[in-house]
Amino acid sequence: MTITKQIKTIVLLLLLVLVTGTSSFADASEPKLDQAVELLKGKKFQQKYQAIELLAESASPQAQNILKALLERRLFKLKKTKQLVIAEKQGKTYQVQQAVSLEDLGEVKKRALKKISVNNKMRTLIRSALASFDLKNPDREKRLAAVKQILDKADLEKAEIIRPMLPQEQDEEIAEAMSIIIALSDLSSDDAKQRSDAVTLLSGNIHPSVRNALNQLQQQTDDKALARSIEQALDSIDAKLQFYAVIENLFFGLSLGSVLVLAAIGLAITFGVMGVINMAHGELIMIGAYTTYVIQLLMPDSIGTATLIAIPTAFVVSGLVGIAIERGVIRFLYGRSLETLLATFGISLILQQTVRSIFSPLNRSVETPSWMSGAWEINSALSLTLNRLYIIVFCLLVFAALFFVLKKTALGLQVRAVSQNRAMARAMGVRSEWVDAMTFGLGSGVAGIAGVALSQLTNVGPNLGQSYIIDSFMVVVFGGVGNLWGTLVSGMSLGVANKFLEPWSGAVLAKILVLVFIILFIQKRPKGLFPQKGRAAEG
Amino acid sequence: MKMLNVLKADRGGQIFLLLLLLIAVAVPLLNQYTTADNPLHISTYTVALLGKYLAFALLAVAVDLVWGYLGILSLGHGAFFALGGYAMGMYLMRQIGERGVYGDPLLPDFMVFLNWDSLPWFWHGFDMFWFAMLMVMVVPGVLAFVFGWLAFRSRVTGVYLSIITQALTYALMLAFFRNEMGFGGNNGLTDFKDILGFSLQDDSTRIALFVASALALAFGYLACRLIVTSRLGRVAVAIRDAEDRTRFTGYKVEHVKLAIFTFSAVLAGIAGALYVPQVGIINPGEFSPLNSIEIVIWVAVGGRATLYGAAAGALMVNYGKTYFTAALPEVWLFALGALFVLVTIFLPKGVIGLFRAKDKQT
Amino acid sequence: MKALDQLRDTMRRDRVFDFMLQTSGLEVDVSHGTILYLEDISVSFDGFKAINNLNLYIDAGELRCIIGPNGAGKTTMMDIITGKTRPDTGSAYFGQNIDLLHLTEPDIAQAGIGRKFQKPTVFESHTLFENLELAMAGDKRVWPTLFARLHSQQLERIDEVLEIIGLQEHRSQLAGSLSHGQKQWLEIGMLLMQDPKLLLVDEPVAGMTHQEMDRTAELLTSLAGQHSVVVVEHDMDFVRSIARKVTVLHQGSVLAEGSMNEVQNDPRVVEVYLGEQGEA
Repeated sequence: MTITKQIKTIVLLLLLVLVTGTSSFADASEPKLDQAVELLKGKKFQQKYQAIELLAESASPQAQNILKALLERRLFKLKKTKQLVIAEKQGKTYQVQQAVSLEDLGEVKKRALKKISVNNKMRTLIRSALASFDLKNPDREKRLAAVKQILDKADLEKAEIIRPMLPQEQDEEIAEAMSIIIALSDLSSDDAKQRSDAVTLLSGNIHPSVRNALNQLQQQTDDKALARSIEQALDSIDAKLQFYAVIENLFFGLSLGSVLVLAAIGLAITFGVMGVINMAHGELIMIGAYTTYVIQLLMPDSIGTATLIAIPTAFVVSGLVGIAIERGVIRFLYGRSLETLLATFGISLILQQTVRSIFSPLNRSVETPSWMSGAWEINSALSLTLNRLYIIVFCLLVFAALFFVLKKTALGLQVRAVSQNRAMARAMGVRSEWVDAMTFGLGSGVAGIAGVALSQLTNVGPNLGQSYIIDSFMVVVFGGVGNLWGTLVSGMSLGVANKFLEPWSGAVLAKILVLVFIILFIQKRPKGLFPQKGRAAEG
Repeated sequence: MKMLNVLKADRGGQIFLLLLLLIAVAVPLLNQYTTADNPLHISTYTVALLGKYLAFALLAVAVDLVWGYLGILSLGHGAFFALGGYAMGMYLMRQIGERGVYGDPLLPDFMVFLNWDSLPWFWHGFDMFWFAMLMVMVVPGVLAFVFGWLAFRSRVTGVYLSIITQALTYALMLAFFRNEMGFGGNNGLTDFKDILGFSLQDDSTRIALFVASALALAFGYLACRLIVTSRLGRVAVAIRDAEDRTRFTGYKVEHVKLAIFTFSAVLAGIAGALYVPQVGIINPGEFSPLNSIEIVIWVAVGGRATLYGAAAGALMVNYGKTYFTAALPEVWLFALGALFVLVTIFLPKGVIGLFRAKDKQT
Repeated sequence: MKALDQLRDTMRRDRVFDFMLQTSGLEVDVSHGTILYLEDISVSFDGFKAINNLNLYIDAGELRCIIGPNGAGKTTMMDIITGKTRPDTGSAYFGQNIDLLHLTEPDIAQAGIGRKFQKPTVFESHTLFENLELAMAGDKRVWPTLFARLHSQQLERIDEVLEIIGLQEHRSQLAGSLSHGQKQWLEIGMLLMQDPKLLLVDEPVAGMTHQEMDRTAELLTSLAGQHSVVVVEHDMDFVRSIARKVTVLHQGSVLAEGSMNEVQNDPRVVEVYLGEQGEA
């Protein structure tokens, strides 16, 4: 009886194929699908095994759906119409839809349904079938993801599914991952030649699964030649891993360095060029960060745009606050640097408390735009987080812009003139008061921009600025006052030094060590890495 | 009596010491011999609070010695204060003995909590009062000496020096926050029981500590006064005003700076040691750069280069702090910040400067 | 025994380490009649040669004037002698025995070289009396300074110097309140208190009236003999009035040396000054 039914369906399907044509891949699998559906309705497990195989071969999304439903025991047969349906329990009744077309068939009572039973062997079959679905997916990304998942889990049972697929795979990256999986499974092969070939292929591959597998095999094997080649393979893996670890550390160091440079570069202008000690510099950074927060609040739907808008806004806001500080306080104290230090420290306390009163003392979370989250995966051992990457780029851009402003614009020329000889510059008609205000505004504005960048990395709170002020001064002093390049080099090298110390000393101790180093360094070379020399430096 | 020679022509100092003597006598009497309903009664709490102020005043005098007379704006004197405090704290910790929560006869509670099985080497000896008191002076002194030797020798001056002193106290703060350092980490040292066998809770102990603070302040003042009235003090001022000239006159500027800086650090350490038993705790927060810079503002408010002005400034600002943080906590930082700005711009000679100006006019 | 001697010799403290050499407190040895030797000295700042292969000898008791156009290296030379600037090459000796390049500024001052700055620098928050007291020769180490007391002899000396510089009536006045010329005098007074063997005087008469200038000239000439005096000055009239021997510096080295007349007639000197002698 079943055979006649089968013939019937086959004929039917053939007709269908003729009607719809053989234009697409998906269509070609339709007969298998329908055949499988029929087989699933049967009572014998033998038929069901066959059905699962057919579904697996069809590789269509519908087949995947049906298999999933079967595994989760949501696949039923409607008693009345003998239709295969996927049912979802809705209180006392079931919401059903046709298994293949997913056409909604409304609600039915439990009595109207008959569950398609599943046994253990079926479950195993379904699972492996489901796994191979993604492997066969026409979409490259999906395939890659599936292969990677198998590799990450070292799910070597899948190797046998993959082995026949390898020759057909066109994409190089996927093919490579597949061959690694196969080689991994070959490691446990009985054939000595196959094993040693696998080791050779895996040599230098830095995937953690590979390293684990090789380590395991090294401990188990009695074959001395094999053990030696594994040893070599592991060595080459470790060498590569170490190399990538150094690169990653360097990257972390540079990104930390960029943060330091961003925080310090505004100070390099106010302290380095104008000779003004601005202890409220950290708070200007904080204001930049809060500006980002406020703009994101105003534009909750477009965080990315808000963050971009925050950059010029923070520049203006912090810049204006800076100009206010300069006009209101600092200009009365020129030439009395220690007093300037105290007065600006007072301002920093006031700014902190203001923020605390307005925004509460709690930290505020600033969101990261989607294009900044995620990571750039170069390989399994090295992935660079995008936000850090952006910070480095951003820092270099800000540096370049500032450098341009100071070297190429009229303002820059006047700033340099005033910083070198105030009286002379005045005599030449430079409005030194205006230049002071603008320079201070520029330095403060850059601090605001640094605040935008920092808001993407750390918590935004009233103490944000305080934690950066000492570091910033260290960067400027270490680099040599009055030297933008010095600030860049010293910020970056301090960042890198910090990150390279961290693994063996811990983060806090690394910071202490760097501080102590700078304290000692300043004793040795009081004028920093790149000192100004000669008579000009005496003043 | 010979010591009082240094007070000749120092009317402010004479008044200051007289007032100090007066409260050192009056406060204990008012505490002991009046009842709580008497309007003149001073509670034991207030006695401890005043004792704390006096410790701060000594610290301010130490800072004024280096800032006012030597021109070194130290933003790290809080570190010397805290180190002195920690040395005292370690002694008080060892005095707890078996009365700690864990009842360990040797190890302080936090070490038991961290599963340490023996006392770190640097905690040995602190069960002896004399040794602890020696360390109160030696530890800040040695740190100041080494730091100063490095800094002054390479002629780091002005704001650079200020910034690296700030970095020094910042680095120490980070270090003391670490549990591994063996100083109680975040929580610091606390739960003290007694000092030299007297309970810290007793009124009489509190009064004794208060009187000790007053005496320390008086002697600290006289010692500083001895220095500033000597030729060395005049050399210090010469260094402050024209460092190069002093050098070409034949004085080893570095040695003078080092000697006075180290002495000042020792004074700060003593102030810290007096502070700790009166407040009952010492933690890494004392190292925070904010604390050190606050000391400087006490001196600035009172008036630089007067010594007694610094002490007066410390008392005034701290009274304000106690008042504001209780009554209007949000306003305190505004007030302190404004104080920094206003004093530096409008009162460069501090409150004492106002009185002096009046003196001259009349 | 010989080995023991050798060992003793190698263990001699002053021979083993540089820093163990006794550097301060040495009495200057002028038995050869020369108090200052500068030989082959060069120094450059950022590629600019401020002093270029300079050779200069000052005799004991001599009064020497040094002239030269701006940037000739006069002040830098003084900086080298007093230890403020270290030369790149060359040697500088005070007498036969004191190597100036290994001494610090205070050591050099204590060895007997006094300097008056171009811009008068005095201790402005001290009285004139205190200024002179601080400058006075004596043990200037920290501890002795702390307990130093003035003897009656020293008091007399201070008053004597106050009289020489003509500022007796300002004795208890703060130095900061003095006029520019008075500060110049005070600084010279401080030099006198220091009682140096060699005085380096940078532009002593700038900002002085003609009468004051004459008095300065008189004072400096009277000092010569007991002391050696090196005067750097722009004012040619003043130089002419005191000079016995003149050295002309140009671009960091000695261009000419001799009496005022010889120097003035030297064609190279004329070329350098381009006839500006009168005003320069």
